Amino acid sequence: MSEKPPLVKCLVWDLDNTLWQGTLLEDSEVRLSEEVRAVIVELDSRGILQSVASKNDHDLAWKRLEELGVAEYFLVPQIGWGRKSDSVIAIAKELQFALSTIAFVDDTPAERAEVTYHAPEVRCYTHEDVLSLVDRPEFSPAVVTADARRRREMYQANALRTVAKDSFNGPDEEFLRSLDLVMAIKRADEDDLSRVEELTLRTSQMNATGVHYPDQVLRGLLADPGHEVLTVTLTDKFGPHGAVGVLLLERHPDVWHLKLLATSCRVVTYGAGTVLLNWLVDQAAQAGVHLAADFRPTDRNRMMEIAYRFAGFTQDPCDCLSGIKSFIDGGDIQCLHLVTARREGPATMRLVSPDLTVAASI
Amino acid sequence: MKTSPLTAEAIESAMTAYLTERTKTEVKPDDDIFASGLVSSMFAMELVVHLESTYDIAIIGPELKIDNFRTAKVMAALVLRLSEDGVASDA
Repeated sequence: MSEKPPLVKCLVWDLDNTLWQGTLLEDSEVRLSEEVRAVIVELDSRGILQSVASKNDHDLAWKRLEELGVAEYFLVPQIGWGRKSDSVIAIAKELQFALSTIAFVDDTPAERAEVTYHAPEVRCYTHEDVLSLVDRPEFSPAVVTADARRRREMYQANALRTVAKDSFNGPDEEFLRSLDLVMAIKRADEDDLSRVEELTLRTSQMNATGVHYPDQVLRGLLADPGHEVLTVTLTDKFGPHGAVGVLLLERHPDVWHLKLLATSCRVVTYGAGTVLLNWLVDQAAQAGVHLAADFRPTDRNRMMEIAYRFAGFTQDPCDCLSGIKSFIDGGDIQCLHLVTARREGPATMRLVSPDLTVAASI
Repeated sequence: MKTSPLTAEAIESAMTAYLTERTKTEVKPDDDIFASGLVSSMFAMELVVHLESTYDIAIIGPELKIDNFRTAKVMAALVLRLSEDGVASDA
């Protein structure tokens, strides 16, 4: 059985005789068929980003895309007279995607060959493939989360954030305050868990345990009074960051056991991990319990180790730990422990959160 | 062996210069950069990596506690303690 091909994260379009019919600089009019428009809209709704690599007059071509009502769908367009491979590579770099997740569609065999020569990982398609792209497995994610549907908007908001950050001169914390960040922590329901599926699917660098909790396991714990499953969303003045974190906590009489803490790398710069940890420490202190956290060092989650250690977690023994049976087998899991004390709320963002000292009503 | 051994003074002044540049705020050797809200948790990571690569040391486990990073002065002491080439003041 052949493996499912990796999903395409961004499709790069040629314009003349691929996206539209005709050649902009030669023909009196170029037309966008309703079928092609439907492909653009459908891919966008699946969370697949789209861009443009076209040899054309930039201002004319962009104006035409705006007139056709599709300009908003294309991020970091590359319209000019350079090599298409350079354009595709520039797009991948801007979006921070690996070339193996980029697809390129162009009617000219020489352009496809040029891209393949300089960027062999990029998957190339012809104009004849356009209408069937939506039927291909590499353009068909198994799960389309609410955040995936808004992915383009979030990237556009991100571009604005980058500009704002680059033009800001001052301490990081003042910049963060200027963003009007709001973090919302919520006891999860089924829908919330779907929104964090992308976080739980992968073992990302911000997964503090380095251990994967399958979606069904988390869903099974939603109604368990001994566990808390929490999801985290972040918003700022530029728009939503979407669902950015998930926590799994088990209550014991003397200690809360943090089994999973995963936050999106998109929000690392906002210190989301530390804000979450501090909130949890404060909640535990109010409940009169210690905190314990599973941590398995990997080559990708050092940031989380530093967040734990800087929050005061140590590997010192404590009587409260004797009752904890870790979900994870294997000896490379560290049990980090903290005697909790009240903490002040974050200075950089507003926090909307449940009261964990009161068990959720079911 | 390096020809000029590390001294607390040299590390301290290098670190105050680094912190001043990075936070765009004048930082003195005894200033607590975490208490003053000058740095984010993101910066904590940068700081650890900066110290490790600049002074060729590994900061692991219990040494990662925040109290080892509060001021340029305590960071200098940490570097000396972890560095083979260092000449600790109490040696």
